[in-house]
Amino acid sequence: MPSVAQALKPAATEPDTPASAAEIVALPIKKPSLAERYGPMLRDLSSRIVPPVIVLALVLLVWEMLCSQAGARLPPPSKVVKDTWDFIIDPFYDNGGIDKGAFWHIAKSLSRVAIGFTLAAIVGIALGVLIGQSTWAMRGLDPIFQVLRTIPPLAWLPLSLAGFRDAQPSAIFVIFITSIWPVIINTSVGVRNIPQDYRNVAAVIRLSWYEFFWKITLPATVPYIFTGLRIGVGLSWLAIVAAEMLIGGVGIGFFIWDAWNSSRISDIIVALVYIGLVGFLLDRLIAALGHVVSHGTSVS
Amino acid sequence: MGAKAYLTFEQVGMSFRRGTLATEVLRDVDLKIDEGEYVSIIGHSGCGKSTLLNIVGGLLKSTTGEVFLEGQVVDAPGPDRAIVFQNHSLLPWLTVYGNVRIAVDKVFGRSKSASERHDWVMHKLDLVQMAQHKDKRPHEISGGMKQRVGIARALAMQPKVLLMDEPFGALDALTRAHLQDSVMDIHAKLGNTVMMITHDVDEAVLLSDRIVMMTNGPSATIGDVLAVGLPRPRRRLELATDAEYTRCRAAVMEFLYARHKLPSRAA
Repeated sequence: MPSVAQALKPAATEPDTPASAAEIVALPIKKPSLAERYGPMLRDLSSRIVPPVIVLALVLLVWEMLCSQAGARLPPPSKVVKDTWDFIIDPFYDNGGIDKGAFWHIAKSLSRVAIGFTLAAIVGIALGVLIGQSTWAMRGLDPIFQVLRTIPPLAWLPLSLAGFRDAQPSAIFVIFITSIWPVIINTSVGVRNIPQDYRNVAAVIRLSWYEFFWKITLPATVPYIFTGLRIGVGLSWLAIVAAEMLIGGVGIGFFIWDAWNSSRISDIIVALVYIGLVGFLLDRLIAALGHVVSHGTSVS
Repeated sequence: MGAKAYLTFEQVGMSFRRGTLATEVLRDVDLKIDEGEYVSIIGHSGCGKSTLLNIVGGLLKSTTGEVFLEGQVVDAPGPDRAIVFQNHSLLPWLTVYGNVRIAVDKVFGRSKSASERHDWVMHKLDLVQMAQHKDKRPHEISGGMKQRVGIARALAMQPKVLLMDEPFGALDALTRAHLQDSVMDIHAKLGNTVMMITHDVDEAVLLSDRIVMMTNGPSATIGDVLAVGLPRPRRRLELATDAEYTRCRAAVMEFLYARHKLPSRAA
């Protein structure tokens, strides 16, 4: 095509030449415009964001209408925001004692969850692997676990207070005992479900027990482990708020209890929103971590 | 058949026992395979051909008789009898490269340096035309490509016998033909001893030096062995009208569908 060759030449050497037939031929080589590249992405994003925003607006509207009438017992959203504006815009204030900003309460609760949940993850994965690999251990431990896992988190609190004689380790123990069961159970299911194909491959290349554990068992079980961890982190966040109401001190759980005792209903509502958002982020965090660790084979 | 066979089956029998009920799957299988020979095992489903392959692979222990490879009794799995599995059996968390590398590291960890092992892996991936996809993960490549990687992994162990368990069974016809050609090329280049399980008559005739035909189970055994007298290299287009090809094909069909028709069940 001589016309194309001729057309391309001036376009390449003199890109600023005025519009001509030549430039029309050269156009497809150019990168797509910003709108072309980001248009579909934006449309996709907006199709995800617009529906929840509309629904949220409707919910707030109905709430506002219901609670604006005289004699309403709960504050409407406008009053919640007005009451708690100082609390919302400055999450980092610290007036000593338990009079701290939202950030410090949430950070304290999260640190308890972090310690208890990390312990639960380590012990849970270890026990899960043991139960998954040993039929004897499974038969011995599984019935006990099935009973223990149904005990509500707070039922453990008095016992752990009696054992530790201190609020902090008791709260962490409640987190631990709450979140360990799904980790154990999912890990053991994952180990038991390692496909025979992988075992055959390992047998042909003669992996040792140790190599099999690191190169087959753990990676094959990762999606199951992270399913357990996601359930576990959700449960531990449920448990910490309840436990903190009882043990007191700094923490988002006791903040709610304290607000109730001082009739600061708006503070309670803001704290609930924060708890929900943090719980959601924790879940997403573990899911994203699982996605990365399992190289995309685990669902996020 | 030479006097000193490479791979020998002697009176191999296999029964599975469940409680008091024993099912005899294989009985009195006698076979000698020479070095460099390409042998297919064909038979109706349920005739124990996969069981036979798993016995050679060491994944199952025969209840009677023995399998010898170079005079040594086969009693455990090992890289000298690498298996290409029907469902590819790639590890999903490893890349194409990683799946071959894990086997190479294990088999040649002592005898080759790290860079030699890398070159070895790349050479095998090149052989199956997968070198440019080495960083993809199994879920990112097609079924045919997965099976290529499975073949590369098996070849990378430098096995004495390459065992293939219906390697193309799960593939569409075009991909299968393409892969069969690749396997023929590789067999011509490397001269491996190959034992392949198949249920495809054309595949068996096209690829094999000999076709071992199994009778129906239970208590299946070798019904007949057919030598395929076609010169190599073989080209599938020319074979379509070749007299020897037609004769072999007819012989296998005759065995499978007239003499050992699957009783009552639909095949």
